[in-house]
Amino acid sequence: MSTVVLLTITGLGLAALYFLVASGLSLIFGLMGVLNFAHGAFLTIGAYGTWWASDHLPGAGSTGWGFVLAVVFGVAVGTAVAALIELALIRPLYERHIEQVLVTVGLSLALVALVRATWGADPHPFPRPEWTQRTTSVLGANVPNDRFLLIGSAVVVLVAVLAFLRFTRFGLIIRAGVENRSMVTALGIDVRRAFTLVFAIGGAFAALAGALGGIYLGSISPGQGTSLLIFAFIVVVIGGMSSITGTAVAAVLVGLVQQFANYYAASGVGDLSVVLLLAAVLLARPSGLTARLA
Amino acid sequence: MNRISLRRLVPLVVFAVLAVLPYSTLQLPGLFDGVLNSPGTLQLLALCLIFGGVALSYDLLFGFTGLLSFGHALYFAAGTYAANLALTELGWGLGAALALTTAVGIVLPLLVGAVALRVSGIAFSMVTLATAQVGSIIVLQDPGGLTGGEEGLALDRDQVPDAFVGVLNTVNLYWLALAYLVLVYVVVTWVTGSRAGKVWQAIRENEGRVEVLGLQPYRFKLLVFVIAGLLAALGGITHLLLLGGSTPRTTTSDFTLGLLVMVVLGGAGSRWGAVVGGVLYTYLDSRLTDLANSPAVQDLPGWLRVPLSEPLFLLGTLFILVVFFVPGGIAGLVDRLRERRAGRRSGGGGPAPGRVVEQLREQVGAGLGGANPRDGV
Amino acid sequence: MSGTVTPPLLRMSDVHVRLSGSHILQGVDLTVRRGGVTALLGRNGAGKTTTVKAVLGLVPSTGTIEFTGSDGRNQRLSGRRTHEIVRHGIGYAPEDREVFGGLTVAENLTLAERRNSPHHHDRVYELFPELKQRSRQLAGTLSGGQQQMVAIARLLLNDNQLLLIDEPTKGLAPLLVAEVAEVLARAAEEVTILLVEQNLTVVRRMADDAIVVDQGRIAWSGPAPELMADADRTRELLGVATTGGHA
Repeated sequence: MSTVVLLTITGLGLAALYFLVASGLSLIFGLMGVLNFAHGAFLTIGAYGTWWASDHLPGAGSTGWGFVLAVVFGVAVGTAVAALIELALIRPLYERHIEQVLVTVGLSLALVALVRATWGADPHPFPRPEWTQRTTSVLGANVPNDRFLLIGSAVVVLVAVLAFLRFTRFGLIIRAGVENRSMVTALGIDVRRAFTLVFAIGGAFAALAGALGGIYLGSISPGQGTSLLIFAFIVVVIGGMSSITGTAVAAVLVGLVQQFANYYAASGVGDLSVVLLLAAVLLARPSGLTARLA
Repeated sequence: MNRISLRRLVPLVVFAVLAVLPYSTLQLPGLFDGVLNSPGTLQLLALCLIFGGVALSYDLLFGFTGLLSFGHALYFAAGTYAANLALTELGWGLGAALALTTAVGIVLPLLVGAVALRVSGIAFSMVTLATAQVGSIIVLQDPGGLTGGEEGLALDRDQVPDAFVGVLNTVNLYWLALAYLVLVYVVVTWVTGSRAGKVWQAIRENEGRVEVLGLQPYRFKLLVFVIAGLLAALGGITHLLLLGGSTPRTTTSDFTLGLLVMVVLGGAGSRWGAVVGGVLYTYLDSRLTDLANSPAVQDLPGWLRVPLSEPLFLLGTLFILVVFFVPGGIAGLVDRLRERRAGRRSGGGGPAPGRVVEQLREQVGAGLGGANPRDGV
Repeated sequence: MSGTVTPPLLRMSDVHVRLSGSHILQGVDLTVRRGGVTALLGRNGAGKTTTVKAVLGLVPSTGTIEFTGSDGRNQRLSGRRTHEIVRHGIGYAPEDREVFGGLTVAENLTLAERRNSPHHHDRVYELFPELKQRSRQLAGTLSGGQQQMVAIARLLLNDNQLLLIDEPTKGLAPLLVAEVAEVLARAAEEVTILLVEQNLTVVRRMADDAIVVDQGRIAWSGPAPELMADADRTRELLGVATTGGHA
């Protein structure tokens, strides 16, 4: 029983990371039709930004509010990089999706290489507030606290993004744009501003995932974002390509399947099961990739 | 002798030059460290030729048919690991290993393609990415100690003909790589000129119209997927012989992205463009790595040394610049220069070779933005 | 009216559109005068919808498209982005309504509020009381006629100078056709309408001028009654008998 509880909570923690990366991907894809390969780099930048800030930024550190400040710094850097990339490199290629995807591919290679060039290819130990290392007993299982931090953050982000989409004018524009981009422009709305916004939001979530992933894994390395990105892509496809709630459900599904199969079958089987899950979903509903944002 | 037939001779001339190149003791300072027929230089050239061929096999999918696969690495890796297992683990001869690789190179893309091609646009890209990831996971998990995990798998050379073993025989491996490239080039030339090739082009330009004509795009796409996969698998076995082992690096998504970069760099939809892209990328990757480790760069101030020390940073940046400023890559550039010299604009005919990315905008773009079916007329 | 020298509201000169290798508009020249309803007619696939989309910048085009609003300033629309074109006071109701099915009726209208115009929610709800009752319903769950009301309501919400309306009566029951025509006729008292329409009964009732597109070119233009009165010409240009309802 305690194993099941531990696996479930750990799976949900992993799902939280997937959701943070995948929600931004699906917002960007849904609104702009761009598959953002640079998203993994945003994650890496967030992780390294937090790590750097905890050592160098005045007031920041690896405990308490100092750590919160370090994370805020990492997220801010990720957000700024994402917004700048949209403005400088994606926007000039407006509506040219293939080229936009190619540019994000180039960015994913170049940005990760730059991080590697600057801080080396080897993993760095990540600053972790001490309480995240302790465990809490849940139904007889000793669950590390960082799992709760991951899950809590993802839930807050999910609620915030749903509220944003539901109650703000930008949210309205994004929901409408996902459905029919050209009709939004035909109503006199400059939909490109929403593009920059979703890139910034996606960059912020990915950077947050980078910081949280650093806590979860205990260390950071330049390639981390890319390996997480592939599973985030799978989550996005299973979740329906452009639906936030769909993405959340798919993230939970993928996180749990992966944890349980890796534990009960063999290491690596979980990863394979996720791919099989993707194939099954696509075969069952090839056109079922709905485009409703809710 | 008019210009057209002259142009047809170019590949033959290039082939002849490449074939006799190992007899040259030319020294090209800056370009290569040793003389042209030194083993080190021949090894690098052979690697370039192999990736020229693999890039062309990928172009068959992306440039000629408009299929944006993110999993082409899988077939290349399958080729090197299947052949390696046959030679090293099973102790088969090279002929049997080649037969096994061919079988794997047909069956694997057939299975994956049969599933992946049921969806189109970005979903197709994602399924190919995910299946390639399966390959990567399996190789890294090292099931039964068969793949060697992260360490890779060294080739047991006992089963390899002596002509392909040893530093002194690098020249034979060079010729083997050249033969592989020629094979890919001939096959691609042949199939793209065939009836199926015309259908692939039609699929790239407007898949709906192909269906209206009563043809099943699915079958044609599966055919091109299998041909491209097989050619990549054969590239894998050549790569294995050249390097004397299999490395898990060939299974990663970064490896496929590298192929995409090569093709776009050289010119998607152009045969020679893709080959040049593959050769150039491989050459730059190798030379930039040497450059990064050279004292000239190591002595530079930090802000210059750091970016210069990462070939992938330079290649990624170069790639973005090409996408922005050189649409159609090298082939597109040559095409435009030729048009300008001829003093006329290209007529109504088909898309100029190498410039299909521009042409693909509408088609695949619409596929990518699948959420928006009403963007059209 | 025809004797005035004021520039036309909309002028297209030598407009070409190429899409997916097809040459859809092959040098369209047309003018829409200020006031009243101009019907844009033609067989299926003649290029009516593409003409409208070219005005809005929704398809890439070459040639010149000019708009002279009530301020008397001549604006070049060609080459501008869709949202900039629309902000000159041009409303668009597309062929398939294209209301946002995942948004409520009220959200559809809120989205359509243009910043540079007053918003007439009262006028809209007065014209379509049904929309007020259904304001919290998802537009995707409305009937075709109700969706058309939302599409038209989006046009009348803002102050516009030109409405581009593409087949508003397509697929509607006869009673609804009459209702839509009534609303558009009332709107036409205040704003110029360029109306793509297959239903010749509606054309006959509303249109002042008519423009016929055929194979990507303008085949005829002039007063609508003149075209409607000429049965042979109508059959030749539109492939329908003038007595018919739907084409």
